[in-house]
Amino acid sequence: MSLRVGIIGVGMTAFRPSTPEYSWKELMYEGATRAYADAGIDPRVDVGSFITCAEDYYEGFGIFDEFVPDQIGAALRPTCTVCGDGLHGLATAYMQIRAGLVDVAVVEAHSKASDIENLTGIVEHGIDPIWNRPLGAHPYMFAGLEAQAYLRATHTPATALAAVVAKNRRNGLLNPLAAYGAQVDEAQAAAAAECFTPLRALDLSEPADVCVALVVASERATKKHHANPVWIRGVGWANDSPTLESRRFGEAWYAELASRMAFRQAKVQRPASQVDLVEADDRFSFKELQHLEAMGLAKPGEAGRRALKGDYAMDGKLPVNASGGSLGCGNAFEATGLHRAAEVVLQLRGEAGRHQVDGAATGIAQSWRFVPSTSGAVAVLGVGR
Amino acid sequence: MTRVAAVGAGMTLFRRRLQETPKELCWEASRMALDNAGLTLADVDMVVSGSAPDAFDGVHMKGEYYSDGCGTYGRPYMRVFTGGGTGVFSTIAGYWHVASGMADCVLVVNEEKMSPCQPHAQSVFGHIWDPILDRPLKPNLVWIFAMEMNRYMTTYGIKKEDIARVAVKNKRNAVGHPCAQLPDPNITVEDVLNSEVMAWPVQRLDISPPSDGAAAVVFASDDFIRKHKIRDKAWVSGVGWCIDSTMWTDRDLVFPEYVARASKMAYKQAKIDNPPKQIDFAEPYDPFDYKELHHMEGLLLAKKGQAPTLTREGVTQRDGDLPTCPSGGLLGVGNPIAATMGIKIGELFWQLTGQAGKRQIPNEVHTGVAQAWGDLMQYGSVVVMKA
Repeated sequence: MSLRVGIIGVGMTAFRPSTPEYSWKELMYEGATRAYADAGIDPRVDVGSFITCAEDYYEGFGIFDEFVPDQIGAALRPTCTVCGDGLHGLATAYMQIRAGLVDVAVVEAHSKASDIENLTGIVEHGIDPIWNRPLGAHPYMFAGLEAQAYLRATHTPATALAAVVAKNRRNGLLNPLAAYGAQVDEAQAAAAAECFTPLRALDLSEPADVCVALVVASERATKKHHANPVWIRGVGWANDSPTLESRRFGEAWYAELASRMAFRQAKVQRPASQVDLVEADDRFSFKELQHLEAMGLAKPGEAGRRALKGDYAMDGKLPVNASGGSLGCGNAFEATGLHRAAEVVLQLRGEAGRHQVDGAATGIAQSWRFVPSTSGAVAVLGVGR
Repeated sequence: MTRVAAVGAGMTLFRRRLQETPKELCWEASRMALDNAGLTLADVDMVVSGSAPDAFDGVHMKGEYYSDGCGTYGRPYMRVFTGGGTGVFSTIAGYWHVASGMADCVLVVNEEKMSPCQPHAQSVFGHIWDPILDRPLKPNLVWIFAMEMNRYMTTYGIKKEDIARVAVKNKRNAVGHPCAQLPDPNITVEDVLNSEVMAWPVQRLDISPPSDGAAAVVFASDDFIRKHKIRDKAWVSGVGWCIDSTMWTDRDLVFPEYVARASKMAYKQAKIDNPPKQIDFAEPYDPFDYKELHHMEGLLLAKKGQAPTLTREGVTQRDGDLPTCPSGGLLGVGNPIAATMGIKIGELFWQLTGQAGKRQIPNEVHTGVAQAWGDLMQYGSVVVMKA
């Protein structure tokens, strides 16, 4: 039995700061329908399992899993919710297929952040209720503290953060699905209002509504559906400590562990030279640099200097977040990692349009579950052989 | 294909209010499961957890919050959530972690702490409805289950006494369970029929209690089991899961089609074509007494409308031909939603390995089925295990 698993369909709606004309169900319907059309499959006949990545509080329901099936074609079919980032969902599909339970699985994740009245309050509700919540801090303060720890430990200049912001916002202008593309330069980013020192207003990604769906298939099913798959070469996920006081502040250890797991499966020994493009989590600008270092794509302290040199630009040595990332597209919460995987798939197919990176054969999608988690995942995707 | 077996299980007390935090509950259950398996956390490759609404514990992303109690530090960790179905579904997720070859040993931990919810856990269930079509009616769970129970009774002409027998059986079975919240050696059908009416035909003793608790089960590959010379194991031989439409008002409430589809998926994998003959005992989900009957029919262990007859004839007693909820079930042991894994999957493991103590089924058992039910009366998860 072949154990190869590939992605054969991609569906995305546009990122939007708000979608008053759409309910979350309609958003899911559009994303899923696009993915099914892209894969050329009928969800009622061809799909063995449906996976949604969602968290109750973001959705505004007691049990969101109830509301998943109808709009994605999953009624009376094997369906489940993974409380994780979209890449955790992709890993779940990968395992279900390799376990021989199903041949085709669909992974869906979405954000309807514009429905959330008090987003800060929701994120704050994830902070430890006994030890940390009584401090009364804004939850992004913990990101600020971590940014400070990262900059200090790696001697990264704060100007490197501005370079990440400028790159990703500009890349967003080339991506027709991005909500926050803009002609922002380093000076503007560096002069934006201070928020959670050392983070400034432009270092934070803004929320967006979006739905992303991927169709994942066994090698046998890719042949049956005459698909041109992008293979999942490896997938890894890991957690650091959830406790603020005992985690490796500033290191993104979760990304290091997850990438090691994914690289081992993908037989990637020297990631810095074997990877053609990266879509890394940049919900806060410093996270992009921190994640690149954690994955071994740059030495500690090197990512910031390389960002300033332009190495991560779309035409640089290692294009990072050519899609615009979360800074350019918007913060899609649990859909963030799945969006990055979708972008890598489009790049490897050569269908990324104006933000296409030339000749990419291997790409990485990396995710983090946002404040206050230390949960992350990495997928190595590739085409050919 | 890698074979997967449960090799250890543990569960905390099930109580209305426990002093332990969610992390501590997870830790206790995990520790017990690892001790039961003769393993340590160092043997565990990956962790899966299951928990139902975050609003019970009162923490957003509660799976992240309690994760260190499950031993996730520095490990791959995944939380799954299918409402009440999580009680058995997390085992299915644990199964594919091992069967896919990604892990050799997986710790599955389910936790639920319903007591932080004030004044009562029911208030969370106010937020599980369609905001436009259902919520303005201010429904609660007892209310819609009363409709489902009524429909089941009316369609087949079932008497309340025959349903009450399930509550009596399970609360008596729970007497031997060290974690039980509501065991009662002397309960009678009359007690159930005379209890307070919640929403007719549901009465207080027809319902399982809200509980705090956690449960954990260790799953391992056949290679791992050989290498570690593990003796007590119960093989996972079939898994199935299925969700029905969200629109419960459009559904036939008299038969749980979603459970039937999930069980057919699991039976096919387990090579079971005659469930009543090939299955020795069952742990169907019994948050309400009629649900045990409903689910026996969904699991194809009884013909439609016939489960009450089997119960009346004593077939489902611990010493009957098809012992059902020998653990004491949710009605007797308690209902910390996802943590009911301890009385579904845990019970299968303990019965199949002869570790059930006072609850041990007197006849020899080789094959058991566990099932959970959840979301808006729409989710079925089924696991078949063999000795």
